[in-house]
Amino acid sequence: MVGSAPNTDVRLDRVTKRFGDFTAVDDLSLEIRQGEFFSLLGPSGCGKTTTLRMIGGFEQVTAGSVFIGEREVTGLPAFRRDANTVFQSYALFPHLDVFENVAFGLRRRKVSTDDIRQQVEGMLKLVELPDYGRRKPSQLSGGQQQRIALARALVNHPRVLLLDEPLGALDLKLRKQMQVELKRIQGEIGITFIFVTHDQDEAMTMSDRIAVMRNGRIEQLGTPEQLYETPRTEFVAGFLGVSNLLDAEVAVRGERFIEAHLSDGTRLRAPADGLDGTRLVRIGVRPEKLRVLPVTDAAEPHDSDSNLLEGTVLDASYIGVSTQYLVETADGTRLTVYAQNLETSGANEGLADGQRVRLAWKPQHTFVIARNTGDEGDDQAKEDETKDHA
Amino acid sequence: MGWLRRHRSIIPYLFLLPGGLWLIVFFVLPLLTTLSVSLQEGSLGSGYRLTFNFAIFPESIMRWNEQFVRSLQYGLIVTILTMLIGYPMAYTIAFRGGRYKSALLLLVIMPFFTSFIIRTISWKFILADEGFVLGTLKDWGVLDPSFRLLATPMAVISGITYNFLPFVVLPLYVALERIDPKLIEAANDLYATRRQAFLKVTLPLSMPGVFAASLLSFIPAVGDYLNAELLGSRQTTMIGNVIQRLFLVNNDYPQASALSLVLMVGILVSIFIYMRVLRGQELGT
Repeated sequence: MVGSAPNTDVRLDRVTKRFGDFTAVDDLSLEIRQGEFFSLLGPSGCGKTTTLRMIGGFEQVTAGSVFIGEREVTGLPAFRRDANTVFQSYALFPHLDVFENVAFGLRRRKVSTDDIRQQVEGMLKLVELPDYGRRKPSQLSGGQQQRIALARALVNHPRVLLLDEPLGALDLKLRKQMQVELKRIQGEIGITFIFVTHDQDEAMTMSDRIAVMRNGRIEQLGTPEQLYETPRTEFVAGFLGVSNLLDAEVAVRGERFIEAHLSDGTRLRAPADGLDGTRLVRIGVRPEKLRVLPVTDAAEPHDSDSNLLEGTVLDASYIGVSTQYLVETADGTRLTVYAQNLETSGANEGLADGQRVRLAWKPQHTFVIARNTGDEGDDQAKEDETKDHA
Repeated sequence: MGWLRRHRSIIPYLFLLPGGLWLIVFFVLPLLTTLSVSLQEGSLGSGYRLTFNFAIFPESIMRWNEQFVRSLQYGLIVTILTMLIGYPMAYTIAFRGGRYKSALLLLVIMPFFTSFIIRTISWKFILADEGFVLGTLKDWGVLDPSFRLLATPMAVISGITYNFLPFVVLPLYVALERIDPKLIEAANDLYATRRQAFLKVTLPLSMPGVFAASLLSFIPAVGDYLNAELLGSRQTTMIGNVIQRLFLVNNDYPQASALSLVLMVGILVSIFIYMRVLRGQELGT
């Protein structure tokens, strides 16, 4: 599974797309492997849909080249590309019944009537709507339309299936169901899926790899675990889950770990990999990695090399499976802590608002982000979010 | 108000009442009067008596056969022409109009700001044998000095086509505007060329608009008399001209009424056949 040519299904080489003065996609390069479930994740306006549309041939690149398989498709119209699309609004043909919708691509390619019937029926079976051939799209529910849109694309056995926020119009329960369904279908047919979404949970649940996009560029690319455990920018840290970030200065560079100091002198250790020579950094840790200890426990029982940080509990809220704490450190940074409620009670009782506590976590659960890019990212993330709601 | 609240189901009928009354007084009654007049015999001087003279219908058809056929022919040609001119116009405004959509639509409706008659009279000047268009072209030697447009079928058909073009563009625009461009993208995605996408998706989805537009041009075109009157000659007389002359010049009210009814039935039958053909095609795809 190295990104060598025969295993690559889609390759974007320094692709740029401009609409007038606006640069939607900015010098983006990307390789998507055969059979992969790949997600383009980002807030609206980040260029993810434009990227997908350039692969599908609905938009032509301003610069750069697009490859599907070994074949260069730059400049080719959509109907000459070996990729099919599931549209956000499904875009089923309202004047054709379900059978004819699914058969549309096969008919254009002059497949024989018998083969069409066989393939369409097989595909309707795969999406679990076998007896719906004679219905019109308007007689189907949203979830059923979604499945037909999927069948209509997959029946052509494209090299790549492009999915443009296909679950956006479904309610939460149906959405979860379709996520599982999509994974099942992809497993059964083994086609490369490129999935566009702004929903980080959806991307995390389904993808083999994710490219987090922002301002027309890929901010970070990796497996869901890599992105979550070791985000490389503040934007990624904030977009995928909740992050606690502490301003720090690198003091000691070791082979595996670095040591950084907070403004109050607290020493924290973090993995050294992925960090260049930057001195001003932010130390990050996910809320569920933190353990809340009473300040009186002088020594750590298990691992004395844990990062330790003192603070004051501002708020404790019990939410069933876990208790969420808000802890303020000496320099005023507020950290979120998720403590699993392993004991029926007690854990919660000990920690009242205003109590001094000590937070502990393992250095390998820590990530480091260079600070200068971080500041810019924060503003941009807010701006993007505003756009998203507009 | 209390009574209305208790009898909510009556409200829809109350809403229909003004329009219904209007149509009864100004449509149903005149139609019945026309029917009654057509079955009467007599003259303006001696008065008319109802004699149930049903023979007048076959007689009228026989006598004005030529004008009937010509009217249907012109109506058909005009409908095809308006469709050929109007569809690309409506298509372009709907899909490529962008922010100029409203301005372009306004231009389409603009002719209505001037009277129908005034505009057709202007055509008479424009098409005149020595008018500034033909006259200039003849001076330049582009056209033969004997060439003429006025008083030819072409002038009449062009006039009607021009006058009813907006009635075709507007319903076509509405139908095309409603088509989600994503559907055309989906067709392209499924290996349809631009032409195939148009034939398999855009055109079938715009058929309701085509249907409405063709009726809105065919019906008034068949019954039109003004264009034939102003731009035509005796060889281009349409059924509308005959009815107008019988009513207003000859005062032969029964004959004129009978012709009106025949025209009405003729148009209804044409539309019925047209609907059947269209529906049959729809089932065929």
